[in-house]
Amino acid sequence: MRQTQNQQGQSQSQCFDEMWGRNDGLREPYGKFNEWFAEEDPARLRAKQREAEEVFRLTGITFNVYGREEAAERLIPFDIVPRIISGREWTKLERGIEQRVRAINAFLHDIYHRQEIVRAGRLPAEMISKNAAFIPEMIGVTPPGGIYTHIVGIDLVRTGDDDFFVLEDNARTPSGVSYMLENRETMLRMFPELFSQNRVQPVSDYPRELHRSLSACAPNATTDTPVVAVMTPGIYNSAYYEHSFLADKMGVELVEGSDLRVVDGRIAMRTTQGYKAIDVIYRRIDDDYLDPLNFNPESALGVPGIMDVYRAGGITIANAPGTGIADDKAIYSYMPDIVEFYTGEKAILQNVPTWRCSDPSSLQYVLDNLADLVVKEVHGSGGYGMLIGPTASKKEIAEFRDKLKSRPGNYIAQPTLSLSTVPIFTKSGLAPRHVDLRPFVLVSPDGIKITPGGLTRVALKKGSLVVNSSQGGGTKDTWVLGD
Amino acid sequence: MLGKTAGGLYWMSRYLERSENTARMIEAGQRIALTRSSSDEEWISILQAAGTLAGYNAKYDTITGDTAIDWMLRDPANASSVMSVVEMARNNAKLVRTALTREVWEAINECWMVLKDCLARKVSERDLPQVLSKVRQRAAFVRGAMHGTMLRNDIYDFARIGTFIERADNTSRILDVKYYVLLPTALSVGSSIDNVQWESILSSVSAEGGYRLTYGQKVLPHQISQFLILDKRMPRSLSFCIHKIRDNLEYLTQDYGTRLPSADMADALCRSVSERSIHDIFEMGLHEFIAGFLLDLSALGQQTELDYRFNE
Repeated sequence: MRQTQNQQGQSQSQCFDEMWGRNDGLREPYGKFNEWFAEEDPARLRAKQREAEEVFRLTGITFNVYGREEAAERLIPFDIVPRIISGREWTKLERGIEQRVRAINAFLHDIYHRQEIVRAGRLPAEMISKNAAFIPEMIGVTPPGGIYTHIVGIDLVRTGDDDFFVLEDNARTPSGVSYMLENRETMLRMFPELFSQNRVQPVSDYPRELHRSLSACAPNATTDTPVVAVMTPGIYNSAYYEHSFLADKMGVELVEGSDLRVVDGRIAMRTTQGYKAIDVIYRRIDDDYLDPLNFNPESALGVPGIMDVYRAGGITIANAPGTGIADDKAIYSYMPDIVEFYTGEKAILQNVPTWRCSDPSSLQYVLDNLADLVVKEVHGSGGYGMLIGPTASKKEIAEFRDKLKSRPGNYIAQPTLSLSTVPIFTKSGLAPRHVDLRPFVLVSPDGIKITPGGLTRVALKKGSLVVNSSQGGGTKDTWVLGD
Repeated sequence: MLGKTAGGLYWMSRYLERSENTARMIEAGQRIALTRSSSDEEWISILQAAGTLAGYNAKYDTITGDTAIDWMLRDPANASSVMSVVEMARNNAKLVRTALTREVWEAINECWMVLKDCLARKVSERDLPQVLSKVRQRAAFVRGAMHGTMLRNDIYDFARIGTFIERADNTSRILDVKYYVLLPTALSVGSSIDNVQWESILSSVSAEGGYRLTYGQKVLPHQISQFLILDKRMPRSLSFCIHKIRDNLEYLTQDYGTRLPSADMADALCRSVSERSIHDIFEMGLHEFIAGFLLDLSALGQQTELDYRFNE
């Protein structure tokens, strides 16, 4: 008990801690965890922490960092303190996520067909026509089952008891679900007692649900057992571990472009006994690399002609080509309108206020307030190429100002949110660190399914707001309690 | 199963087998270096048997035990160095990870992690025995995990074919490099130099104990040939390996319900070994026999790749 109370005193009072609130006492979901932790011997926990890392190393749960030779394969640090969400909090999140995902699918269908939202004057036409993520080849194409985003991983952040914001929609190829599953497995193995004391909703059904959801989207849904495959760019891709993990857990083949070709109007994979047709391909490569005949001709990763088969209804590609426009950071700022336009309801989940730097008056505001804002590249990801005003040096701000002036349309800006914290286990006991949350959503004609849990990323450095694994962030097991 | 997966399993197993064989050859070379005065000749034949003499000569001007060991253990420029092949075995394992049990993957991954660590720097003479035994031990762990946890299906068949093609290739190369000391005419020489050579051949395929059990203390060259080529009980003999390859191709034939050219080739190769006595082989020429076997073996490997569509 001594330890946790000390930490409570230390936690930064201005931001919301998910265990201790704003210094107003232990929050309910953490009650049993706190009792358990108070009884634990820190030395044993430290040993457990090392044990967890050893398991990850042995299993090869690694990611590759681009352009860093010495660290070709790295582990994402794992913290043993779970991030705990109550069932009540989750139910609200679920409703918000479901609403948002429905809107995103309706939006995608609309912009590749009649573009009602543009006709209605709710979205400027150039947001679509001039957007690199808009794929003209998809105009007039309706994917099997009408689903565009089969798998979504919406990034959420929290600033208070009841305040969740969507940071990014990740509608193309969200990664990290293997960490959700492996983190849970690791916790179950190391601290079984915690799971008998708390009613934690299971996440382990995810691979089966994923398989079911993908199968339900097969082009010819009358096929009893559609052939599903996971497509990877190969073993050097940063998320290769996850690709093989998902193929393994679903019991399907893990294919690369070189395994595939068009045979009799279908996409088929080369097996030891000849070519075998695939119905649904869960691809983990970008649109641009998908088809050298239709997109980037330099791509050696894709399948020549897959887009033609797709347009003829011969295969389901998950997620559909062209979905990237829905998680574009410039489109993001319109999401509240988009949700309202397609669902007829106010958005349940809030958007972070966003200044579009393409707009001259917004640009002026952003330039005047750089030191207080977060500025992101419209097409960037992984925390690269962004400016975090409050922690940046004068020099960094000055340099960024020049970049911003020369290509304003390339940037958006947001206020620095006071992200919630969750304790991590450090040498001196529990210490608060900033987190975000990525729940995983599956969409099929049968409905929308959200796994109770997700990937919690945590900034391991004190005060840091950058949770990206490529920038030294870690992960936690995420619990949703059953009520 | 994907053709690529079959290929990955085959190559993963070949590379793992090669790591162990290379360690064994270094061990044999080092032993001779420690017990006899002149060993440079021995390192030349070892590099030759490992198929890396040309690469070595391109990098070094002279042959010493020190540089030969470093070259064979850890030089990234040598595609057959222990570190290179373990790295390639792991990359192939990564490629076929969905076909492996967790135990097998972890054994390979750990093999790579352990060796990467202990081969990060040049290995001193003092640490060499320990490092070499680690290489063999790690390969044994992987084999044990495969034996104990994998289904006996096509996945296992392709892995086994790779293992035995590599092993047969290794034994034949050792015999090919040293064939002249095994010729019947060599017996009349009977010098102590020949004893060294015979000892080296047996130890580089871990066969000293097996040989003694079978033939007693007296080492005779035609018995060595008999043992390493024709003895079906000796797990590194050509006969043993080629029969295993044939069996596994036969399982695939039954499993898939189609007989492909590779199965016939393996059958023919089996006959070419089992229908001959060691005297027939000496009659036709030991060197000619081994050279022919190596060619047939390589053709069989290529035919297997083709039959089961490893590549596009």
